Amino acid sequence: MTAFLVPLLLIGGLVSAGVYLLLERNLTRMLLGLLLIGNAVNLLILFVGGPSGNPPVRGRVSAGQTATADPLVQAMILTAIVISMGIAAFVLALIYRTYRLTTEEDVENDPESERVAHMTAEEAAAVDEGRPVPDLSRDTDEADALDALPGLEGSR
Amino acid sequence: MNAQAVLTPLPVLIPMLGAAGTMFAGRQPRLQRVITLGALGAVVVVCAGLLHLSDQRGTMALHVGGWGESMLGMGPLGITLVVDRLSALMMVVSSIVLLAVVLFAIGQGIRDGDERQPVSIFLPTYLVLSAGVCGAFLAGDLFNLYVCFEVLLAASFVLLTIGASTERVRVGIYYVMVSMVSSLIFLIGIALVYAATGTLNMAELAIRLNSVTPGTRSALFAVLLVAFGVKAAVFPLSMWLPDSYPTAPAPVTAVFAGLLTKVGVYAIIRAHTLLFPAAGLDRMLMVAALLTMLVGILGAIAQTDIKRLLSFTLVSHIGYMVFGVSLATQLGLSGAIYYVAHHILVQTTLFLVVGLIERQAGASSLQRLGGLAAASPLLAFIFVVPALNLGGIPPFSGFIGKIALMEAGAQDGSALAWILVGGSVLTSLLTLYVVSRVWTLAFWRPRADAPEDLASAAPSALLDDTRDIAVLEREDVGRMPVGMLAPTGGLIAVGLVLTVAAGPIISYTDRAAAEVMDRDRYISAVLSEAHP
Repeated sequence: MTAFLVPLLLIGGLVSAGVYLLLERNLTRMLLGLLLIGNAVNLLILFVGGPSGNPPVRGRVSAGQTATADPLVQAMILTAIVISMGIAAFVLALIYRTYRLTTEEDVENDPESERVAHMTAEEAAAVDEGRPVPDLSRDTDEADALDALPGLEGSR
Repeated sequence: MNAQAVLTPLPVLIPMLGAAGTMFAGRQPRLQRVITLGALGAVVVVCAGLLHLSDQRGTMALHVGGWGESMLGMGPLGITLVVDRLSALMMVVSSIVLLAVVLFAIGQGIRDGDERQPVSIFLPTYLVLSAGVCGAFLAGDLFNLYVCFEVLLAASFVLLTIGASTERVRVGIYYVMVSMVSSLIFLIGIALVYAATGTLNMAELAIRLNSVTPGTRSALFAVLLVAFGVKAAVFPLSMWLPDSYPTAPAPVTAVFAGLLTKVGVYAIIRAHTLLFPAAGLDRMLMVAALLTMLVGILGAIAQTDIKRLLSFTLVSHIGYMVFGVSLATQLGLSGAIYYVAHHILVQTTLFLVVGLIERQAGASSLQRLGGLAAASPLLAFIFVVPALNLGGIPPFSGFIGKIALMEAGAQDGSALAWILVGGSVLTSLLTLYVVSRVWTLAFWRPRADAPEDLASAAPSALLDDTRDIAVLEREDVGRMPVGMLAPTGGLIAVGLVLTVAAGPIISYTDRAAAEVMDRDRYISAVLSEAHP
């Protein structure tokens, strides 16, 4: 197989732009990144199918070329395009839903992961022993449910 | 027309037609249920038939829409479906799990669902997921494998975000983005394989990759391995899983945990044995297996929510299967195949039991659970059997699978293999610690000792729309519905069959491993079918 430099550079450029966009936290940009990479991969499939200029219809001659162009790559690209279109529609619906629910469209960290990751030794010990987790950040002067628990009286 | 040519496409066709039927019957829930159960029941029967046939006749291939040979010598054109002992076993176990989980979901919907539940979407999507899973096991062509992955992923996106609450949309975004990136990497792998060999038919590839230089071959395998590793949740590509699975409804989490990662493991087994034997990445796979086991189980220890905890054990135990594959011996592969079957059943069962715990106690967080053993001895029993099975206590199938893998590791004898054997013992012990921690806190400790006295107000089926109330004000939800209990019990029973019939099943997986290792049988079965 002969490789052509220009299409490969084009594919590389598209992928790197896609990866850059995918690393953003903004969902629309992430989707655009996915679409860019998807298009780059489609181009890659097209270019691995053989040199350009061959006629796609069997038994035809196109500009002197008689070998039929590879039909498989075109079939694969069509399939990949349909799939990415469907998924893009779904992601757009999710983005819209996120915006409706939270009025922002950024990816957030998982709260449970954050909570477990930032547990202090004291909190972790409390979880292990089945004691209430001391919630210092939200402690106020008001009486609350935790104050009634044995061992924690007078925490205010 | 022989039996195998009729049966082979049915595990994909029946659920797809069933999905269309349930779509048409969108306004008649009862008819929808009948179609779904009929379709999945038929798939179980067909898969059992395929298992029997493949054990008798060896590898069977079928070229659906066989358009003959292409002009450019690219191998047979058409949709190649291949059944061998490995894929038949995977399909039988998967179809049993799919049927049991949908029975659970229907039982839950009848009892706890109400008019607002999106049931008319749930069942068709579930059937499409089933078709995708079976199709992935049947695919004899890399591009068909990609399409089947996309079919099951698209269905899983809908199931994971069902109801589209804030929480589910948030994790849905993670899941969709990670899955799409892995699919794109798979597609890049496909393009590169096509560039190197000019075919995507797996049998044809197995021949042509022999003439590719070893370095290129390893690079191609590495690209595919990254794509499959994300799906199978192999460390360090596993971080998405514990964040995204736990928020879905209980039956959805159960079926995802059981099947979706195993489809990735199956793809790794296929690529490793058929396409890239001796690609020189076995040591890397071993290290990945070790880290998957240890990091996964250490993550599980830190969790307080049972669903998240089980998701971490799920990641951790994927390491065992990768360990078996990376040994590249028949014994290791046989152990890995047995372990996949065991793990599909036990992990699904545990998630269904958590669904029951959530319904009965109104929470899945260990901060809010307690006294379940006294409240419901039956619930305690159906938790403890799969939990001990997961921990690898003899005589359960988890023990048999782990012993088979350790034996294979000891036979390999290299230093790294011994480290892995040690790591798997440690992981097994830590798994036991994790499940016994759940047992002590949720089942033995009195409810009043639990730190939080909140619970969800009512049992929820598919939507997460309940609010928290004080546990004492929670209305009694009654006994566990038979529609939810029976499928869970059935899966536990099937899991026990793996123990009782361990001898015949291990000899079957030995035959399956021998068949998978002997590439010529696969190649000649596919190519002789293409040129009769």
